[in-house]
Amino acid sequence: MQAGVTSSKEKMPDITREFELFNKKDDHFKLLRDNAMDIFNKLGFPTLRHEEWKYTNLKNISSLPLKFGAAASPDPINKEHIKKFRIAGEEAVVIVFENGRYNAALSDKMPESIDAINLSDALDSEVVKAHLGQIASPHSESFVALNTAFINDGVFIHVQKQSTHTRPVHIMHISNSGDAAQVTSMRNLVIAEPGSKITIIESYHSVDNNCRGLINTVTEIVVKENAFVEHVKAQLDADSMNQVNFTQVIQEKNSTFDTVTVTLSGQLVRNNLHIRLNGVNCTSHLFGLYILDGSQVVDNHTLVDHAKPNCFSNELYKGVIGGKASGVFNGKIFVREDAQKTNAYQSNKNILLTDDAQMNTKPQLEIFADDVKCTHGATTGQMDEEALFYLRARGIGKQSAKAMLNIAFASDVLNNIKNEILKENLLNLSVMKLQKNEY
Amino acid sequence: MLKITNLSARIEEKQILNGLNLEVKPGEVHAIMGPNGSGKSTLASVLAGREAYEVTGGEVMYNNADLLEMSPEDRARAGIFLAFQYPVEIPGVSNANFLKTAVNEVRKSKGLQPLDSKDFLVMMKEKMKLVEMDKQMTTRSVNEGFSGGEKKRNEIFQMAMLEPQLAIMDETDSGLDIDALRIVSNGVNALRDGKRSFVVITHYQRLLDYIVPDFVHVLYKGKIVKSGGKDLALELEEKGYDWIKEEVALNSN
Repeated sequence: MQAGVTSSKEKMPDITREFELFNKKDDHFKLLRDNAMDIFNKLGFPTLRHEEWKYTNLKNISSLPLKFGAAASPDPINKEHIKKFRIAGEEAVVIVFENGRYNAALSDKMPESIDAINLSDALDSEVVKAHLGQIASPHSESFVALNTAFINDGVFIHVQKQSTHTRPVHIMHISNSGDAAQVTSMRNLVIAEPGSKITIIESYHSVDNNCRGLINTVTEIVVKENAFVEHVKAQLDADSMNQVNFTQVIQEKNSTFDTVTVTLSGQLVRNNLHIRLNGVNCTSHLFGLYILDGSQVVDNHTLVDHAKPNCFSNELYKGVIGGKASGVFNGKIFVREDAQKTNAYQSNKNILLTDDAQMNTKPQLEIFADDVKCTHGATTGQMDEEALFYLRARGIGKQSAKAMLNIAFASDVLNNIKNEILKENLLNLSVMKLQKNEY
Repeated sequence: MLKITNLSARIEEKQILNGLNLEVKPGEVHAIMGPNGSGKSTLASVLAGREAYEVTGGEVMYNNADLLEMSPEDRARAGIFLAFQYPVEIPGVSNANFLKTAVNEVRKSKGLQPLDSKDFLVMMKEKMKLVEMDKQMTTRSVNEGFSGGEKKRNEIFQMAMLEPQLAIMDETDSGLDIDALRIVSNGVNALRDGKRSFVVITHYQRLLDYIVPDFVHVLYKGKIVKSGGKDLALELEEKGYDWIKEEVALNSN
């Protein structure tokens, strides 16, 4: 038996006790939760010996006596926080969560055109019963199992057939606990019915820099025939927060899924993004931007699974890594036997600012069809001194030249966000972080 | 306008310029030729202020100011323009936005008001004609995906926009086919106004058929070893550099 697995299993009694306290309701999902707990008990926390977790060490989290109950916040969040974190503007409908718990009072009033409610209030819905835990299986990873065992709040969005005029939904998560052992489970379910269209923004914030703990989010998304879903994830937590999330998307024929993941802060962040193109003529765009400093560890694992013919996927992840930070990019593309005429592209570009900065990148292509176009590439380099000199040689001052290059670097990814206010805000935050990093 | 005296420079541990002298007066066109590795591009880089090069001796005066003390941006603002041998691709920065920033920073340094978008567009349109540039090239990212010829045309376009006093052209003819060479040369000739000076660095005489120089200098082992009129270029084309090398060897004995 592996040493790492043993050590994490020694802590299982804590989690089992927490689970017994939590799992008291005898509802439709009790079996799902029980099974998920069993699966987690078998899997344990991943260690560096697991191929998929080779560069991301969870020891500082898994060795804690983890707590899963509602975190006590002596100073609850208020309207000012919502105002400050409303990064997608007034048009977006904000749904607020504090330490993983839905806050109805601070959330926007839901317009009638949008069918979005707190997940734990929707457990009787037939749509929820049919999908929850079915898209992202607890078997797919131990964190999914753990999240499923502790399913509580989150957002359930049901976009009705042909409804295309809905406002963006902004899931705003605010951390407000200084307890490093606190685990927050967020669970989202999005069902976009045929011909519908929606933008979902998921943002993470902290009330201050003393916030600690682990956020474990699982998001299940079904994009039905001819539907369009845009999903933007903005990770803007305190640098002392940890986050592991798992997003599983299933696309049906002629659907489009566009996603942008922006990671500017957090101590340890692991993003798992799995997309299954499960019908013909699907399109997916995956973009990512991470700007790291200090001792941050940010790990993006993506899987684009082409299961049917004539689909297109394009993926671009870019990062700037400074200080002693380290980044991981692992991008898998599967092209299954049926998926002829697949076009799949992937690119990962990194800039290392210091000798201690680290990037581990691993593109993986597994192709079982013979008539496909697939490319992948990864680059890791230093800041482009030539570009800087070129701009200066035209009379542009050093600081402005750097700012231009910063904006250009981030815009390459952020220009794919359709909401102008969100794009602008994330660009400003990215440029601020780049300047702080003296890029 | 430009006076280079006894200039020596190196990159890393490699000494490249060894006591170079050159004087350029307003309105003059100087061609600098020479075999590979003689220091031609180093001279261009040192004049533009590329930081990798270390000046180990001599001085460069530009309009009575010490050029070597100036930052690259200050040199550009003072009217020096380097047309790059290898123009840099800058994804995400549009050509138009880049040029507007550059033009306005140069104007600001002269105490002029920045151009508004309308005036800038008018100016851009006019200068684009000089190098037969497609409008589409201005909306694209700087040099990104441009062909070799488009990149060089873009350099001359930038030169036209920035209206320098002294333009240094570093092997602008390299990689150009005959049509592109004609377009680029026409652009440069249109900018010859009797006051603006040019230092044209080239390997080949053929560029000088189009851009006719007042002086031709041969750079060899980091210094100018021979100067003459435009006929010197023809002689070099015909006879190569060996006779110059022999002359230098003879003189040093």
